[in-house]
Amino acid sequence: MLSMPRNRYFLSLVFILFGVFSTRAQDKKENSIKTGDTKLEIKEYINHHVLDSYDFDLLSYTKADKSKVYVGIPLPIILWDEGLVVFLSSNFNHGESLAQFGEKYYKLYHGKIYKTDSSGKISYDTKQHILNKAPLDFSITKGVASIIFVSIIMFVLFTNLANSYKKNGMIAKGLGRFFEPIVLYVRDEIAIPNIGIKYYKRYMSYLLTLFFFIWFCNMIGLTPLGLNVTGNIAVTFCLALLTFIITNVSGKKEYWKHIFWAPGVPLPMKFLLAPIELLGVLIKPFSLMIRLYANISAGHIVMMTLISMIFIFRNWAGSSMSFMLAFFISIIEILVALLQAYIFTILSALYFGFAVEEHDQ
Amino acid sequence: MEKLINEFSFGLFFWQLLIFIGLIFLLKKYAWKPILNAVDERESSIKEALFSADKARKEMESLNEDNQRIIKEARAQKERLLKEARKTSSIIIEEAKQEAKITGDNLIKSAKKSIESEKRAAVQELKGQVADIAIQMAEKVLHSELENKDKQNELIERLLKETKL
Repeated sequence: MLSMPRNRYFLSLVFILFGVFSTRAQDKKENSIKTGDTKLEIKEYINHHVLDSYDFDLLSYTKADKSKVYVGIPLPIILWDEGLVVFLSSNFNHGESLAQFGEKYYKLYHGKIYKTDSSGKISYDTKQHILNKAPLDFSITKGVASIIFVSIIMFVLFTNLANSYKKNGMIAKGLGRFFEPIVLYVRDEIAIPNIGIKYYKRYMSYLLTLFFFIWFCNMIGLTPLGLNVTGNIAVTFCLALLTFIITNVSGKKEYWKHIFWAPGVPLPMKFLLAPIELLGVLIKPFSLMIRLYANISAGHIVMMTLISMIFIFRNWAGSSMSFMLAFFISIIEILVALLQAYIFTILSALYFGFAVEEHDQ
Repeated sequence: MEKLINEFSFGLFFWQLLIFIGLIFLLKKYAWKPILNAVDERESSIKEALFSADKARKEMESLNEDNQRIIKEARAQKERLLKEARKTSSIIIEEAKQEAKITGDNLIKSAKKSIESEKRAAVQELKGQVADIAIQMAEKVLHSELENKDKQNELIERLLKETKL
């Protein structure tokens, strides 16, 4: 692997704008066109970043002959297309070339893999929909790689913490020591008050894993590695789906009664409330999904925009202001990373609490 | 919304679900359970330790109280004993004095008695001796007086004169 500089956003943008700098001396008209190009390029770059990708790119730059150079690690592509298809993402060459696997040809087109013939033709119908078949895609993308990475970190960290108790006479030792109060916080301030002392234990594993997973994913999203895990709708959908399933599977009689036959309201209202409550069952996890996704991707877009503004302003006042803004926003993002993990976990705990609640009547 | 659905990647969802559920179960077995158990154990042991410390403190307090009470009692007893002893000793001294006095008196009385009787005996004896001596002297005087006739007569005469009938 290459020796990596500290701020990869910064450097990749420097490389992207390499040509821009070289044309500074030219006249104003051309300069303004160039700035327009820069804006477009930045927009594409940001849009590309917030989505998942098949390569683990660390930086990219445009050479003098307009060809793009990417620096990063290729990841395995796993497809199911009447049989297992496995090859490295470097075969796509970032969408520039077809990947061949036996007799089959695949093309990376607008971030998706399509099956094509050997010429790589993409055909459209009249409404501009792509007609090519998209095989089932189980690739280890950048997002999946990040999830695996976070999982390994969590597993090593917390098993270490667990083992340190035995070795050190019931007192946590090492790096895990920092996380022990947070584990206790999740237990004492999130699980017990919302679920109740009677049932909280069965939800602890889920809540703890959820909290630390979201937090760690948010945090690695703030590193200059350019990862975006929790700002991806598939990831937040999965987490919200699990909360939804656990809530409704553990729902007791009282929970369902509260939904379909609201107590303490007149009879016509009961009929009116039932569909609303039923809708609420779906809206609750849906809001969880959207909240986490929107917060994290918005944070990423704002951060990248502010950093990019340094290169749009291209003067000392504007650029340093952008830098300061980016700096403060990144500090706020560290707070948001923790806050969103907390909100997702406490709301999940609250929904579990509703599901197992026992009314004294 | 359409953009969101378009962005939705089934592969990522699949891996996320698989890995996350796997992670929950792995961590449950190897991390969360041991951690929470250890923490619970530690908390209960701390509670126990605090409780027993409190108990020990209370025991100490009651022991102290006991000690104080015992000391007080002992002091009172000592005082009482001393007082009694003093009383007894004074009684004994008094009795002894009384007895000594009585004995002394008796001794003096008997001494006096014996002195009296001794004296009497001595006087008696003296009387006897004096009588003997007087008789002896009278004998001797009579013997010399009655050596010649004149003197015998003279004596008889004087005696007769002295003796009034």
